[in-house]
Amino acid sequence: MSLTLLDRLWAMHEIHRRDDGASLLWVDRHLLHEGSHHAFRKLAERGLPVAEPSLTTAVADHYAPTRDREAGGADDSIRSMIRTLRENARTHGLRHFDLYSAAQGIVHVVGPEQGLTLPGVLMVCGDSHTSTHGAFGALAFGIGATEVAHVLATQTIWQVKPRAMRIRFEGTLSHGVTAKDMALGWISRLGADGARGHAIEYAGEAVQGLSMEGRMTLCNLSIEGGGRFGMVAPDETTFAYVEGRTFAPRGAGFDRAVEAWRALRSDDEANFDRDFVIDAATIAPTVSWGTSPEDSLPIDAALPKPEDLPEGQGRKVRDALEYMGLEAGRPLIGTPVDQVFIGSCTNARIEDLRAAAAVLDGRRAKVPGLVSPGSMVVKAQAEAEGLDRIFRDAGLEWVDAGCSMCVGMNGDLVPPGKRCASTTNRNFRGRQGPGARTHLMSPAMVAAAAVEGALTDVRELMKERG
Amino acid sequence: MAGWTVHEGLAVALAREGIDTDQLIPARFMSTPRSEGYGRFLLHDLRREGDTPDPEFPLNRPEARGASILVTARNFGGGSSREAAVYALADAGFQVIVAPSFGDIFAGNAANNGLLAAQVTEADSAALLKALERPGQARVSLEDRTITAGGLAVGFDIDPVRRTKLMNGWDDIDLTRSHLDEISRFRDGLRQNHPWNFLARE
Repeated sequence: MSLTLLDRLWAMHEIHRRDDGASLLWVDRHLLHEGSHHAFRKLAERGLPVAEPSLTTAVADHYAPTRDREAGGADDSIRSMIRTLRENARTHGLRHFDLYSAAQGIVHVVGPEQGLTLPGVLMVCGDSHTSTHGAFGALAFGIGATEVAHVLATQTIWQVKPRAMRIRFEGTLSHGVTAKDMALGWISRLGADGARGHAIEYAGEAVQGLSMEGRMTLCNLSIEGGGRFGMVAPDETTFAYVEGRTFAPRGAGFDRAVEAWRALRSDDEANFDRDFVIDAATIAPTVSWGTSPEDSLPIDAALPKPEDLPEGQGRKVRDALEYMGLEAGRPLIGTPVDQVFIGSCTNARIEDLRAAAAVLDGRRAKVPGLVSPGSMVVKAQAEAEGLDRIFRDAGLEWVDAGCSMCVGMNGDLVPPGKRCASTTNRNFRGRQGPGARTHLMSPAMVAAAAVEGALTDVRELMKERG
Repeated sequence: MAGWTVHEGLAVALAREGIDTDQLIPARFMSTPRSEGYGRFLLHDLRREGDTPDPEFPLNRPEARGASILVTARNFGGGSSREAAVYALADAGFQVIVAPSFGDIFAGNAANNGLLAAQVTEADSAALLKALERPGQARVSLEDRTITAGGLAVGFDIDPVRRTKLMNGWDDIDLTRSHLDEISRFRDGLRQNHPWNFLARE
């Protein structure tokens, strides 16, 4: 029988299957952030210990201050969230990358960077962007607080197996087009709930051609199309990334692991419940215009006109345009922005910073902006390469690592009514702050928006460079 | 958590697509301990114009007071995994959400808190939204998988695992602990075959 990558990963972790179809799965890696406080309270109420402390890693990221780290947080409630995580990690003897650790960063940047994320592992975290780790051929998905408590107590989780879906990007990407554009491209075609109930395997030449950073961006955004799981079969690119990382196997152990990891793929004849093909060459730099990632268009497109759409859809578009302060039918290019943000688990890895810096090098930003690297390791690497100097010379602020302005929990907010070109993952109403207006796009496109003070096609700026 | 099979209560319609969990509870309220109650955070920013409650917002209307059933549109509860979105609904008194589609993580979190996410067809959702332009009494049966409201009777879908959990009020941790021997055997086998999946204690 032909198997999908999902079938193989599921079978590897299934301890028990109930008659009603629920599987009890073993969890290899449990990542925690400050939001775990609800789960630890549930554990304390029952007086239960953490079942497998060595497989549990805590990272301060959602509330991590990006400036003045010594103060421990912008206000009392923020400091208390970070302190609670520290106390829980200490009480239960968990691995913890605290605020002052050189390895601190966003949990989905830290896991791969430290070699905690490996092909074939099952990873969970109380965060919907856990799908990021699927880029390594891992079964990785976001869970809620009740489930976090269950994993802490048992190192297992009950799940119903999702259906298998494949998105193949055939052909090659055009110059200036990135994994972010691939993701916004498919989500705008299939909808924000297009992959609901499915695990997505990304395949095809354009996916194989992506770096690990690019694959992580693609898998990260799976949830914005409704898929809890995104994955890419591991290959030489994956193994080369993993080798030598702190928690990865070494020497003969690594070789033995790679041998096992090579089997982690879908059979050529495997059947998918849904199978889509997208011609990579047709994807342009893409930006979101509305209040859901599905509201995305190629940068050279015009905004939709509600009157041209069926009634229900027209009303939704009208509401979104009103919230965003945009006029129906106008071109996206030239829409003035007030500020920019480069950061988040979606696009703040070293390659993302390099792409933004390549556009900003020798140029000035017309609007203010914040650059928050995905981890302190990425920060140190960027500084070694002189990228921080490029951002600062362009007039942008260079700060410490955390979720920062993607979700605003640490106090980094976009003010009401202000428009932000952002490398993040959600343009929901109020996501970056009450009344904030977010346009999602790739790091290079954000850099281009900073240079022009408006939404712009980065390919034009790249042409000037020759 | 107590199980339930039938719920009767006041149903209110919210004809709006894509209410994500950031709308259900904005991030800035999530450092609050649950013991303080999350009901006041439910749809906090969406139901206000500036600092004052929007009297036109369906949940703010006096006739919606005490509602426990929410009928809404496509893609409810997408986005962030925050279980606080379910806490906000539950603490505000809701026990049933009816929509044509739900975010997967939200639907799981709902079942873990005794809240039913009932999936209906687009057509049934549209009919219910119209019939409930004024809030009205409704009856929801998990046993028959039906919703009766505004003179309509429609069927709904729910994952059978979640339905059983809602009806029995199961606690997964207790359930799982009955499998401890199996878990331990599985762990030993994995350690043998995939030693790199294990890590040294800090």
